[in-house]
Amino acid sequence: MNRASLIFAILLAVLLPLSLLAGRVWINPFSADWPQNAALILAELRLPRAVLATIIGAGLGASGAAMQGYLRNPLADPGLFGIAPMAALGAVASFWFAPLIPPAFAAWSLPVMALGGAGLGMALLALIAGRTSSDAAGGVGGGIALFTLAGLMLASLAGALTALAITLAPNPFALSEIVLWLNGALTDRSWREVWLAAPLVAAGVAVLALAARSLDALTLGEEAARSLGLNPARLLALLVVGIGLTVGASVAVAGIIGFVGLVVPHLVRPLTDRLPSSLIVPSALAGACLVLAADSVVRILPLVTELRLGIALSLIGAPFFLWLLLRMRRGKL
Amino acid sequence: MLAAENLTLMRGGKPVVARLSATLKSGQITAIVGPNGAGKSSLLLGLAGLLEPTDGRVMLDGAPLDGLAPRARAQSIGYLPQSPEIAWDVAVESLVTLGRLPWRDRGGANVAAALAALDLEALRHRPVSQLSGGERARVLLARVLAGSPRWILADEPLAALDLAHQLSLVAHLKACARGGDRGDQRLGQGVVVVLHDLAIAMNNADRVLVLKDGHLIADGPPELALSPDVIAQGWGVKARWLGDPGALALVVGKVP
Repeated sequence: MNRASLIFAILLAVLLPLSLLAGRVWINPFSADWPQNAALILAELRLPRAVLATIIGAGLGASGAAMQGYLRNPLADPGLFGIAPMAALGAVASFWFAPLIPPAFAAWSLPVMALGGAGLGMALLALIAGRTSSDAAGGVGGGIALFTLAGLMLASLAGALTALAITLAPNPFALSEIVLWLNGALTDRSWREVWLAAPLVAAGVAVLALAARSLDALTLGEEAARSLGLNPARLLALLVVGIGLTVGASVAVAGIIGFVGLVVPHLVRPLTDRLPSSLIVPSALAGACLVLAADSVVRILPLVTELRLGIALSLIGAPFFLWLLLRMRRGKL
Repeated sequence: MLAAENLTLMRGGKPVVARLSATLKSGQITAIVGPNGAGKSSLLLGLAGLLEPTDGRVMLDGAPLDGLAPRARAQSIGYLPQSPEIAWDVAVESLVTLGRLPWRDRGGANVAAALAALDLEALRHRPVSQLSGGERARVLLARVLAGSPRWILADEPLAALDLAHQLSLVAHLKACARGGDRGDQRLGQGVVVVLHDLAIAMNNADRVLVLKDGHLIADGPPELALSPDVIAQGWGVKARWLGDPGALALVVGKVP
């Protein structure tokens, strides 16, 4: 465990109990008279929500660190592979198919179809990878750039189809539900979502950790990395699977939550030796801290309806990112 | 021994090296020279096992190179690309340690030896963004040395360096070919460098391969392979050598 992992693990250990106490109903652990239903609120509402925030944040943070390492670009984001928009497309499709789904499966249709969308995205990326890695240049150069452009194509296609599905929404109620859902939130999530997302995200982070040393080799460029024994096809497969699992699972249970994968590696990098392998685990921990903190804040803001987590993270993330860019321009990153 | 046997390489659908055969020896500096687009970098990539031959093959110590697993190949052959990039602002020591990736260890002793060989001990904690061009070139070569490969293949390692730094890097490469400075039993490494400066090749290489349009037009000791006749044939330039052996300068005639 490196220094950054330790710092963010401690921070997470502090944030997790704090987030359980915060909300419309504050729970004071030191007072004798707990609010009514405090045990219920903790066990069935706040604990699953906090655990889910931790899981999703960890997946998004780790996949952001892996993506920046793969593209050798601090501005890269796991969204570049088009997995999140594909998962969102699957989820939006579930609103369309809602009347056809038997009531017994209704609660599962959205997350399962979102996972299906993410899986379809991964399969398409694998097909594209087969074409781009054996290009005429004998696999030398162009591979990663071509693949990323293909991912962007997938993202914009999924985005367009999602927009189409929204404009053709079967009824105004479905429309507002789709739009709300797309903005990402952890409101009213239960243990069911935790059990769905936890194994997928854990597997995804483990797969990304397997790619860590290969990502280090890429620090020197594609050719030098291959000369160090890197297998580009294996690395790409690990990334597609790892990012597919983490991002797909988090979209399936929480909608689109942006900026975490982009911002978190920047928070972690100065605390490490800056090699991608040193970033993946601490970025998972830092991502968990960020999403957990943001979700606690949106819960206690005195607004009529709860601010959506996805919107809140973008509101915090965008100015923060601008600040990062300015710092980078001054050569401090 | 590293040998190209009837090697044909294609890039972008075009043949760049055609039916080339050459057997390179370790303990020597072999320079690959030739006009732009002659196929020098492609030949080096092919010898490093990073560009799959469309015909022929590369042999390492009598066994086909493409039969080796990527990691085993990486343990034997170190490759330094032209204008190498460094994506993250890591410290010198972390960067040099990347050379140990094929061995899956942190290679403390090898990394220390590589840092010492290139006079980088004082800079080991410095971020690479704060290095001068000459220091950077030394760090990148140290990365290759840290993997203790039996072959060092470097693509124009002198390109961005001033005169003094060019000579110092050449001295380091010569030390690799000579073998251990401290009288250890290690055999000299095989050093293969793509060079643009013919005078550096003439004065320092043990052997020179002259490439033109993917074909070998000369192969031998520098005074034969870089004769005025070969230079006229390869570059279309009238030139002659002046000075003493080991310190020869190329004088190019007036452009007609």
